[in-house]
Amino acid sequence: MNTLIYLIPVALFLGGLGLGGFLWSLKSGQYDDLEGAAHRILEDDEKP
Amino acid sequence: MSCCAPGTESALDLNATSALPEDELRAGSRELGDGVWQTDLSVPAVHCGACISTIEQALSKMDGVVSARVNLSTRRVAVKWQDGNAIPAFVPALANLGYPAHLFDITADGSDKEMNRLLKALAISGFAATNIMLLSVSVWSGAESATRDLFHWVSALIAIPALIWSGRIFFSSAWTALRHGRTNMDVPISIGITLAYCMSIYETIHHGEHAYFDAAVSLLFFLLIGRTLDHLMREKARVAVKGLARLAARGALVEQPDGSRSWMPVGEIMPGMHILLAAGERVPVDGKVETGSSELDCALITGESAPQTVMPCGDLRAGTLNLIAPLTMVATARADQSFLAEMIRLMEAAEGGKARYRRIADRASQLYAPVVHLTAFLSFLGWMFATGDWHRSITIAIAVLIITCPCALGLAVPIVQVVAARRLFEKGIMVKDGSAMERLAEINTVVFDKTGTLTLGKPRILATKASDSAHYLAAARLAQNSRHPLSVALLEEVGAIKLEPFTNVIEVPGFGIEGHSGPCIWRLGRRDWATSETNGTFESRGTEAVLSCDGKEITTFHFADQLRPDAYAAVAELAQNGLHPAILSGDTSRAVEQTARQLGISNWLAAMLPAEKLQKIEELSTSGTKTLMVGDGLNDAPALRAAHVSMAPATAADIGRNAADFVFLRDSLSAVPFAFDISRRAGKLIRENFAIAVIYNFLAVPLAVMGYVTPLVAALAMSGSSILVVANAMRLMRGERKKPANSTRMPVGISMEPAE
Repeated sequence: MNTLIYLIPVALFLGGLGLGGFLWSLKSGQYDDLEGAAHRILEDDEKP
Repeated sequence: MSCCAPGTESALDLNATSALPEDELRAGSRELGDGVWQTDLSVPAVHCGACISTIEQALSKMDGVVSARVNLSTRRVAVKWQDGNAIPAFVPALANLGYPAHLFDITADGSDKEMNRLLKALAISGFAATNIMLLSVSVWSGAESATRDLFHWVSALIAIPALIWSGRIFFSSAWTALRHGRTNMDVPISIGITLAYCMSIYETIHHGEHAYFDAAVSLLFFLLIGRTLDHLMREKARVAVKGLARLAARGALVEQPDGSRSWMPVGEIMPGMHILLAAGERVPVDGKVETGSSELDCALITGESAPQTVMPCGDLRAGTLNLIAPLTMVATARADQSFLAEMIRLMEAAEGGKARYRRIADRASQLYAPVVHLTAFLSFLGWMFATGDWHRSITIAIAVLIITCPCALGLAVPIVQVVAARRLFEKGIMVKDGSAMERLAEINTVVFDKTGTLTLGKPRILATKASDSAHYLAAARLAQNSRHPLSVALLEEVGAIKLEPFTNVIEVPGFGIEGHSGPCIWRLGRRDWATSETNGTFESRGTEAVLSCDGKEITTFHFADQLRPDAYAAVAELAQNGLHPAILSGDTSRAVEQTARQLGISNWLAAMLPAEKLQKIEELSTSGTKTLMVGDGLNDAPALRAAHVSMAPATAADIGRNAADFVFLRDSLSAVPFAFDISRRAGKLIRENFAIAVIYNFLAVPLAVMGYVTPLVAALAMSGSSILVVANAMRLMRGERKKPANSTRMPVGISMEPAE
């Protein structure tokens, strides 16, 4: 019982971290152009 | 092109593209702050990684452009620019790179938000469902009562955001339905979820053994999966259809009384204005020719396949394409009184097949919801009567609601339609929504338009008397600067080679092309003109072009509008499936009869006006016939809208494409029987899925009414039935691989016949 007191919050916190990460990626437009991202990785970066 | 004003056309083209955006661009852009504006452009030609870097590098180097980012999935470019003296000329720059850009309609772009909302809801309910399920498993495996209470409280907490965020989608839809006096699937779902949650809270407070938090939240999760997939399918079709280039003229170059020229949007053109119409442009409003003569492509407007010659004082209808020479015209009607607007009015008046149809899921829920609610209520009364224990009676009644909550039913339809839409997508067919597939499965008559639908709407060379390649080359040298469909067909035949042009090339509208090579005069065109034979006895068979040198015939090219690939096989397959094919065309009866004979269609009507087509379709539908209309022209748009279900090729006019439920992107007409086949099989699978759901209920409801359903049983039963339904839908993918083998074997041999 005592272990549960902190194990459950820890588990929920970690799960919530994952959920938050997903919601953030959704909001910042990571899924807007999946096709384009696949092509961009093959392009060389421009020289600075 | 034209001898009298060389270079006019290209100057006009340039003016049209650079004059167009300045005002329209600003109106279509939005300010981001600090004088930075963003413009979203639709660039259909973007297709690979190299395009991305070409565009982005070229645009970011321009003065005033802050950044440019290409979105390959939606074929769009977002350009951010600093507001200085003028808007940076990124549209002409894109056109120079070979990527013609269109201003993207911001107003019509609200759907991405819906997708994000669904994904967010899905993520939250998924998080809640998995965590609560983990806690529930330990409860089921026999946690002691203090731990169980703790777990129930934690579950209740996790479920709250899921109910609020994810449940809202169902609650609002159920509320809208109830407010209009209807029920849909979301009503029993909302009631079930809410009651389950409330009862579980009550149980938790009173240290009860059974709480249904896991059932409520996993139900949400499963249903949202179906909902999201459904939305994804529609969104994909929408973007694909939108990416196709626009056909309608959005503006025109108007000559002012003082002689200056300015570009005006279509809506501002008034009768009496003088418009300069370059070759290759569409007529913006109805009008009359003032000076010049040319040939017009009317295929999209009237369905006639042969180009029409126009002379001064001839009528011009909005939407026709000017093929050969620049014209000046006088507008006789405003845009909202022109032909296009008339079509839109006809369309609005036509009661769409869509509007009359009620979706299978809605019809099922109309039966289902009362039955479920009645069962739950009766079991409450029964237990109340038998035991007098109201707490137990309510618990059992709610258990009945939860176990019958249409998890399998909610997934039964969308999952099949998503799988079906994917099959169609692979074959280049876009579906606007799921109800289109349900309607397609019901049809018994297929009505085709001719030009552009059964045929490609482009002439092809049949055979020449002398198939000397030198003659082809000579003809192609004459034809290479012409936009006449016959010239284009000739050039296509010769292929992409650099040809040395003749000198002094003149295109005479209605007759042909003339050019000089040394002392000789070459002509390509009508027989009497090219060979100066003045006897009118020659009866032209189909479309032909004669190549002559100094009046002597050298060779004759015969052209015919080509049937779409697999047209014969497609029509035969439809007839084999018990459907009645028919043709409604605006073309001449001779042309229609020929096509009908080639395809073996006995039921055809020619020279139909758009309103007559619409009337015919409505007659069919009032007599109880369920019609599939396949058409591409503006003249078909009202009929497309009125038909039970409709299909259009990607080459169709905008308005037709928007009216159609299905759009097929490839040339082959086999898309029609394929879509029909898939829709019918999807319909069968949907009915099977309903059967599975009903059988499941027959097994589970008695258990629930008897009071044997614990949360564990509910979780097992619900996920079990959902998995069964999804697995059944997947059969649509698997069965398909076997099918083409026996369906293509037969028609291939036959389809060779009409091609000759």
